[in-house]
Amino acid sequence: MHPALSVILFTVASGIGYGMLMLLALFLPLAAGPADRLFGAVSLGLALACIGGGLLSSTAHLGRPERAWRAFTQWRSSWLSREGVLAVLSLVAIALLTLAWPILAAPVECIEMTAAIAGLLSAATVAATAMIYRSLKPIARWHNRWTVPCYLTIALASGGLWLDWAGAATGVDFLPRAVAPILVLLAAVVKALYWRHTDGLKSATTIGTATGLGALGQVRPLDPPHTAANYIMKEMGFRIARKHAAKLRRIAGGLGVLAPLLLVIAGGMVPALDRSAVLLAAPVATIGVLVERWLFFAEAQHVAMLYYKADAV
Amino acid sequence: MTTLPTPGAVRLGLVIDLDICVGCHACAVNCKEWNTGGNAGPLSDYQPYEAQPDGVWFNRVHSYEVGDGPAGQTVHFPRSCLHCDNAECVTVCPTGASLKRAEDGIVLINEDVCIGCKLCSWACPYGAREFDEDVGVMRKCTLCVDRIYDEARPEAERVPACVSTCPASARHFGDLGDPASDVSRMVADREGMALMPELGYRPTNRYLPPRAKGSGCSAHAKSPALEPVMPEGTGFLGWLDRLLSA
Amino acid sequence: MTAETEPTEEARTVTTTCYMCACRCGIRVHLQGGQIRYIDGNPDHPVNKGVLCAKGSAGVMQHLSPARLTAPLKRVGPRGSGEFVTISWDEALETVTERLRHIRATDPRRLALYTGRDQSQALTGWWASQFGTPNYAAHGGFCSVNMAAAGLYTFGGSFWEFGEPDWEHSNYFLLFGVAEDHGSNPLKIGLSRLKARGAKIVSINPIRTGYSAIADEWLGIRPGTDGLLVASLIRELLRAQAIDKDALTQTSNAAWLVIDAPGAADDGLIARDEAGHPLTLDAAGKVGRAFDPDRTPVLGGTATLADGRRAVPSFQLMAARFLDDRYDPETVSAETGIEAATIRRIAAELAAAAFSSQLELPIPWTDWRGVRHETMIGRPVSMHAMRGVSAHSNGFHTCRLIHLLQMLLGTIDAPGGFRYKPPYPKPAPPMVKPAGKPAGVVPNWPLTGPPLGFPTGPEDLLVEKDGTPCRLDKAYSWEAPLAAHGLMHLVIRNAWAGDPYPIDTLFMFMANMSWNSSMALGETMRMLTDKDDATGEHRIPFIVYSDAYASEMVAYADLVLPDTTYLERHDCISLLDRPISDADGAADSIRRPVVPVERDVRPFQDVLIEIGARIGLPGLVREDGSPRYPGLYPDYIVNHERAPGQGLLAGWRGRDAECEALGPPNPNQLEAYMANGCFWRTEIPSEARYFKHVNQAYLDWATGMGFIARPEPVIHQLYTESLQRFRLAASGHGPIQPPDAHRQRIETYFDPLPFWYPPFEAAALGSLEFPLHALTQRPMAMYHSWGSQNAWLRQIHGENRLYVSRARAEAQGIADDDWVRLTSHHGTITAQVRLMEGVNPDTVWTWNAIGKRSGAWNLAPDAAEATRGFLMNHLISDLLPPKAGGYRYANADPVTGQAAWYDLKVRMEKVAAPDAMLPALGLPPGLAQRPGKLGYGGWFAKKKVPA
Ligand SMILES: Nc1nc2c(c(=O)[nH]1)N[C@H]1C(S)=C(S)[C@@H](COP(=O)(O)OP(=O)(O)OC[C@H]3O[C@@H](n4cnc5c(=O)[nH]c(N)nc54)[C@H](O)[C@@H]3O)O[C@H]1N2
Ligand SMILES: Nc1nc2c(c(=O)[nH]1)N[C@H]1C(S)=C(S)[C@@H](COP(=O)(O)OP(=O)(O)OC[C@H]3O[C@@H](n4cnc5c(=O)[nH]c(N)nc54)[C@H](O)[C@@H]3O)O[C@H]1N2
Ligand code: SF4
Ligand code: SF4
Ligand code: SF4
Ligand code: SF4
Ligand code: SF4
Ligand SMILES: [Mo]
Repeated sequence: MHPALSVILFTVASGIGYGMLMLLALFLPLAAGPADRLFGAVSLGLALACIGGGLLSSTAHLGRPERAWRAFTQWRSSWLSREGVLAVLSLVAIALLTLAWPILAAPVECIEMTAAIAGLLSAATVAATAMIYRSLKPIARWHNRWTVPCYLTIALASGGLWLDWAGAATGVDFLPRAVAPILVLLAAVVKALYWRHTDGLKSATTIGTATGLGALGQVRPLDPPHTAANYIMKEMGFRIARKHAAKLRRIAGGLGVLAPLLLVIAGGMVPALDRSAVLLAAPVATIGVLVERWLFFAEAQHVAMLYYKADAV
Repeated sequence: MTTLPTPGAVRLGLVIDLDICVGCHACAVNCKEWNTGGNAGPLSDYQPYEAQPDGVWFNRVHSYEVGDGPAGQTVHFPRSCLHCDNAECVTVCPTGASLKRAEDGIVLINEDVCIGCKLCSWACPYGAREFDEDVGVMRKCTLCVDRIYDEARPEAERVPACVSTCPASARHFGDLGDPASDVSRMVADREGMALMPELGYRPTNRYLPPRAKGSGCSAHAKSPALEPVMPEGTGFLGWLDRLLSA
Repeated sequence: MTAETEPTEEARTVTTTCYMCACRCGIRVHLQGGQIRYIDGNPDHPVNKGVLCAKGSAGVMQHLSPARLTAPLKRVGPRGSGEFVTISWDEALETVTERLRHIRATDPRRLALYTGRDQSQALTGWWASQFGTPNYAAHGGFCSVNMAAAGLYTFGGSFWEFGEPDWEHSNYFLLFGVAEDHGSNPLKIGLSRLKARGAKIVSINPIRTGYSAIADEWLGIRPGTDGLLVASLIRELLRAQAIDKDALTQTSNAAWLVIDAPGAADDGLIARDEAGHPLTLDAAGKVGRAFDPDRTPVLGGTATLADGRRAVPSFQLMAARFLDDRYDPETVSAETGIEAATIRRIAAELAAAAFSSQLELPIPWTDWRGVRHETMIGRPVSMHAMRGVSAHSNGFHTCRLIHLLQMLLGTIDAPGGFRYKPPYPKPAPPMVKPAGKPAGVVPNWPLTGPPLGFPTGPEDLLVEKDGTPCRLDKAYSWEAPLAAHGLMHLVIRNAWAGDPYPIDTLFMFMANMSWNSSMALGETMRMLTDKDDATGEHRIPFIVYSDAYASEMVAYADLVLPDTTYLERHDCISLLDRPISDADGAADSIRRPVVPVERDVRPFQDVLIEIGARIGLPGLVREDGSPRYPGLYPDYIVNHERAPGQGLLAGWRGRDAECEALGPPNPNQLEAYMANGCFWRTEIPSEARYFKHVNQAYLDWATGMGFIARPEPVIHQLYTESLQRFRLAASGHGPIQPPDAHRQRIETYFDPLPFWYPPFEAAALGSLEFPLHALTQRPMAMYHSWGSQNAWLRQIHGENRLYVSRARAEAQGIADDDWVRLTSHHGTITAQVRLMEGVNPDTVWTWNAIGKRSGAWNLAPDAAEATRGFLMNHLISDLLPPKAGGYRYANADPVTGQAAWYDLKVRMEKVAAPDAMLPALGLPPGLAQRPGKLGYGGWFAKKKVPA
């Protein structure tokens, strides 16, 4: 699939924001003492920026962005619509949380309550985003049980790193130090399992079933319908060499997993560097996640391309 | 409406005969011509006279080779929307722009509602949806709804543009929900195929497979071998003799 | 009948005739607010019955192409640069008139008028003859004159568009070398009808695409060897005596006696009595008149003529030839690449299909001898062939072989067989002789007849006393005696070389001769621009060209006369040209303006008539010198009479439309056509629909229609006496002698019986250095070069590949998408490869005419057509490799001069990248800006008017 920048940015950024929210909801009750308002302002501000920026970027993908509001109507069948609805609901919850916590410094129970709602909605939104891909049968790399866990764990891991970043920026130790590294490791394991699973996929769909001609023998494309590339070929025909993909996977792993882990460990060992290490870990990891997300699209192959290239899937 | 309707009795669609399709592209171009000026138009073309022309088409004709050696065949393969019963291109649509009609099963896009999110084109395994960059909305085969119900047309001409233009009569239009219809009977007789049945989209359109080709392929293959009538050893004159006496 | 819908401003439907190719389908143009909303096939039209091909459906894009010329152009830069200024029509017309007037008054031969695949030969040929130049022809010489000539000399009809299989009854169909053909929609409709009935279709073609893909059986023959295959089928049928003896004796010259007197001046001619009647031998050994109802002739035996000499039935000569082991299936199998068992099986299937069918139509008919037949007995085997056979240097005889096969099976115009389309059959050959002998070319005087015709002996050739050709293209000379369509492919070379004489003005219409319709493309471009060292003048002094678009050829003209598009003008598809009739009826049609002309362009036919009137050509001015057709072409279509009562259109003649085919002009004729969907068709009476060549009812009907002069039978020429006359001359008989250099060639190839010989290029080169055959095929969705400017069609065919058999490519380490260099004895090109299974392993091929010269057609200079597209024409030489004496014959059939495009032999090697392309042509002034996007027709839906 064509790795569209707007969609990559959207899923990565909103994943960060929602991941932060999920963790805030979980860890606010554990936080010692009354929640720090500055930390609240920075972390929520960051999350809102990520989510809002992501959503904005996603509208760049639309042919008719001015009609985007229509996307809220079909929540009964469409995961994209559900995502939209959930995204708005979670934004409302996050706004309320922002009001309750950094702005009004409302009672702890109230903050925790709102955070729990926002966190739940955030998780649902990320899951809905993942479900958009998970539900697409023509794309085997997406249509499998690992897609949703990937999105969720990566959102949590990058949320964790960015919460630590907010903590370092404001001098507040919010998350226990082990949480983010554990989440990063978890995400790495899940993504590795995703790759293991999807690399081994054997699609039942072939050019033989796509054309119905399989029973007559091997089917080979002779002439494409048009000599010029068309929308389908540009949108679904993106192909990445195996060699290339492997390299990019290593880069994603290096930047998204190894680098933040090493930074956190290094910070733990050399306290003088700790703050800078944490401040560096999140953005570096995010670059890794961007690469991962680019691969998520680039490696995905759509069965429609079978009509053009017999071995597309 | 984005949720699929309960399937109705009428399921309009196309039956395409791969045994006779010569790959002439008439259906593709006539479709483009009809629809670009029709209700589902325009079908934009970008950079039409430059190095990389591109455009929106509802129907495209591929050519394949199947099998090797003497058993091999060349098959021309027109591809357009199959008006699936289980049209996930519809259910994924966030706006309701993508819809399947209860009354005849036609899958359509309401271009006034479409936001151009492209998700439906991802959901279609058949590559039947094309995005119109210029207008910013998704496009697809309409089964020529603006022809098949147009009472201003003579009855015989109330068929899709691609069907009426096909010089080889390889395309047939009708109600595949009615087992007694011509198209249903063709499908039954010729074992009409659904594409990618394993994905469960349950397409309405059917393809009639190419018939077996080659030496033994027709009734004529049973023709008796020709026996020389030249009497042994008599050569040309003996042969001539036979001819004259016959 | 298609009635016009009431014309309102909003929506109206206008019928006319498509011209996205030469098939001439009927169309309906649906207009809304004066704009073209949609074009579809006219369901009532006899040619296409409502269907429309890809090209026809893209008509609106052709009409709106930004490559349309907008005004007359005068060259200002060097020839070939494409630098022009626009000028007024007055200036353009005056320039041409002045020049032509002078030529006509001094030496009319110095005008060479050559036209492409136009359908106004009824006008252009007549115009040339009024002008008085023999140097006229249309594209047929490089297209398929082998088809036309072989058919017309053999049975008074032809494949091409002069006949069609009996789609309704045929059970077995052999298709030789056809990718698309002129009657492309009718052919597809027909194939589909055959399939629906379960008839067997066998396609003989090195390449398995299109029609070959849907055929029940595909025979991937080696190019140029069809004649061998057919000869072998003939042999098998003869050996089994599975032949239609009755048809042969009653409708052909099979029983006619051929004089056997080696060395005599009449050796090999038909034995005749004093009154000129051919003679036959009967079972009693008596010699008597052919077709004498009281005698039953025999097909074998030796007759003794009155003068004591020997003669044998022509059939016997033919049988002796084909029973020879030369044509044994085992022997021909290696050369053709078709297994012997397959050949035997096909022969058996043919025999069974022809002779065991129960097909008998309950239609009584009477033959020309007055014998009444209660039924029409079918022979449901039909055949069709086109350029795969004709575009070889052995095409004339190969085509004759196919006709011989049809004759032996008795299928010609039998139910289920190949059927004539009126006005065919005509006498074999038609009784028109080419005009243009030296004495007949006189300043300020018309030719004595039409410039094209059918020689039947050396006396009909257009040669000077010493054998020098009279025509610029050397048609009807000893180089190409039966060049019934001229040799357009030699015009530029000969004009450049001043051989046989220099000319002044080359006037061309609708032929892209600096590109896809020339052989030896590089040389052709050089010859068009070459200057005489001594004078500094161009060797071809003046080139006038009429095109509607900025084609490659425009850049090489001195003066460009811009034409209209097909939706802007009147045209006439006349029975005097290539007919649109079908086997059951005669038909013709018109084109009429559908949308107004909004550029400074004029219909070419109008311009030609106007120039003619300005020069004062006798047929175009009245006694007082005023124009005879002030209403220009529409006026001419209606009022011109070729012979009394015979005009361009056959329908609604007579002042009150009371006549058909023959009758005085009807001033309202065009209106009558328009009211009838722009066509006219009349049915052949039902008892006259088969066996037309010998069916008295047909012969009477055709005579009444003016199609033939007299109701005389068309006897099939199994043995072609005309050819023997040339041969006799070559062996020294008669006053008109070929130059010695040509004797051997004429003797060999003017064999009155068909035979097979290897195509010349292959024979001259051997197969080691150039092991591969290289072919082109017509893509169904593109018309020669002129579809590339079409926004829709060029998305389908924007570049072309070289198709190579997978096995061959793999053996040479060549993979899909690799680039290769093709080298012929003449040139080299590079091409990108695509592998395929369904191709003869010794053959490579590509789609024809997709490659474009950068800058032409108002496409971006880096268009894929120019950067990745390629043209086989760079490899094809117009001349054969030199013979021993250095003489180079044309790369053509020795009988007809047909260009041998498909004789091309090449070798292939892998290269890293394509060669650099030719420099871009300049864009003529006045062309429209290329739009960056199109959303054609979006406005119709907005207006919400039902179409
Ligand atoms: N769409 C479209 N239609 C056209 C045209 C066009 O450009 N586009 N052009 C028109 C014109 S001008 C013409 S002349 C006609 C020509 O119409 P066709 O006769 O169909 O012409 P080609 O495409 O040259 O096809 C020749 C076929 O012969 C095969 N062939 C080549 N050599 C041999 C051989 O030795 N033996 C056999 N058996 N087969 C052989 C080739 O593979 C090819 O399939 O088409 C007309 N119709
Ligand atoms: N390699 C190879 N070469 C071939 C052949 C082949 O099979 N292989 N086939 C040969 C054959 S059979 C043919 S017929 C030729 C065809 O070759 P051409 O006769 O050159 O055919 P076109 O490319 O159609 O070019 C005709 C010209 O007519 C112009 N034209 C189009 N419409 C109009 C109009 O309405 N008015 C005027 N005035 N001009 C118009 C076009 O712009 C174009 O420049 O090619 C020959 N060349
Ligand atoms: S128009 Fe008919 S024959 Fe031509 S490509 Fe389409 S389906 Fe095939
Ligand atoms: S073919 Fe594709 S677009 Fe058409 S209904 Fe089926 S899934 Fe939807
Ligand atoms: S592109 Fe349009 S029709 Fe397709 S899913 Fe999005 S809104 Fe629906
Ligand atoms: S049914 Fe209509 S819209 Fe669909 S492919 Fe055919 S012509 Fe195009
Ligand atoms: S075959 Fe096609 S292009 Fe040619 S006249 Fe017919 S519709 Fe037009
Ligand atoms: Mo041609």
